[in-house]
Amino acid sequence: MSKENENNSEDTQWPLWEVFTQPRDGKPHEHAGSLHAPDAEKALENARDVYTRRKEAVNLWVVPSNQIVASKGEDEGPFFDPADDKPYRHPQFYSVPRVSKRRS
Amino acid sequence: MSTATKSKELTKQKALFEYLVRLADDRLILGHRLSEWCGHGPILEEDIALANIALDYIGHAANLYEYAVEIEGEGRHRDDLVYFRNDPEYKNLKLVELPKGDFGFTIARQFLFSSYSYYLYQLLSDIEDEQIRGMVEKHFKEVKYHLRHSREWILRLGDGTEESHSRIQDAFNDMWTYVGELFYQDEVDEFLQEKNLAADTASFKSDWKDLVTDTLEEATLDVPDWNQFMVEGSRQGLHTEHLGHLLAEMQHLRRSYPDADWE
Repeated sequence: MSKENENNSEDTQWPLWEVFTQPRDGKPHEHAGSLHAPDAEKALENARDVYTRRKEAVNLWVVPSNQIVASKGEDEGPFFDPADDKPYRHPQFYSVPRVSKRRS
Repeated sequence: MSTATKSKELTKQKALFEYLVRLADDRLILGHRLSEWCGHGPILEEDIALANIALDYIGHAANLYEYAVEIEGEGRHRDDLVYFRNDPEYKNLKLVELPKGDFGFTIARQFLFSSYSYYLYQLLSDIEDEQIRGMVEKHFKEVKYHLRHSREWILRLGDGTEESHSRIQDAFNDMWTYVGELFYQDEVDEFLQEKNLAADTASFKSDWKDLVTDTLEEATLDVPDWNQFMVEGSRQGLHTEHLGHLLAEMQHLRRSYPDADWE
């Protein structure tokens, strides 16, 4: 392909897409991996061929990789560390009265 | 093979065997052609897609051959049909044996064959043979995907770059003389159609032509002349020079070691 590529002139691959597969009805979509495709329809078809040939999914999402906003390495402290010393954020922190426990 | 005095006379058994072998040969040979892309696809994802479709066809052919030898009832194995027949005994369409060409040629052929199969399988879903209906139900889902995959490619290649447009147009022009045979029917088809055991391809010819025409026009391609000279003879075992080479590659190992077994 002779088309110019904004990011890297050496890269002759199509744009990258992230694939999410839903294993069963009612289950959340899970990240399965990524692939190259020229557009959304072909991304869906490629995802079908690469990720769902062995009944891994009942539904597929494909998302352009560059549309995913991810937290950065330097965010790790401010984003995630404060949870370390706050065990009360977990439901196990609270003791549940016996009666309701038995009921559940 | 048969010692019957009236061996020319068609029976249900003979006609059904022949019909199944024709269907199977088309799919085996096209599957083999597609498998030649394995490791050579234009991009990894498409390499995988073509190999998947190749496996689908070979699976369809395996089911059809299996039923054919059962109908025949002479104790042959489906592999006997695949590995021990020469090209005049193969009844596939010449369209499917043509070399894979470039990606455009492969995709153009995929589109013509899978759109044809799409209509064919609709009719086969209704015939008076439970075993064929069962196979068709399973295979039809894959055929629908083959059509979607190839049709979407036709749109992109036709309405893509100048080069992709000219390559896919050339592909259609070059293979056009082979498409007439898709609708060839003879006494085998007629014999079975009377018993509702075969599809009458004439009944969907104009729908198929409309689908092809609409798709090519949407892809900004010219539809070649439907009335041009069309080659014939595939169902009688007449082939291009390409089939012999394909069979040599496909059959060589099995013929060299006929009794070899997986250990």
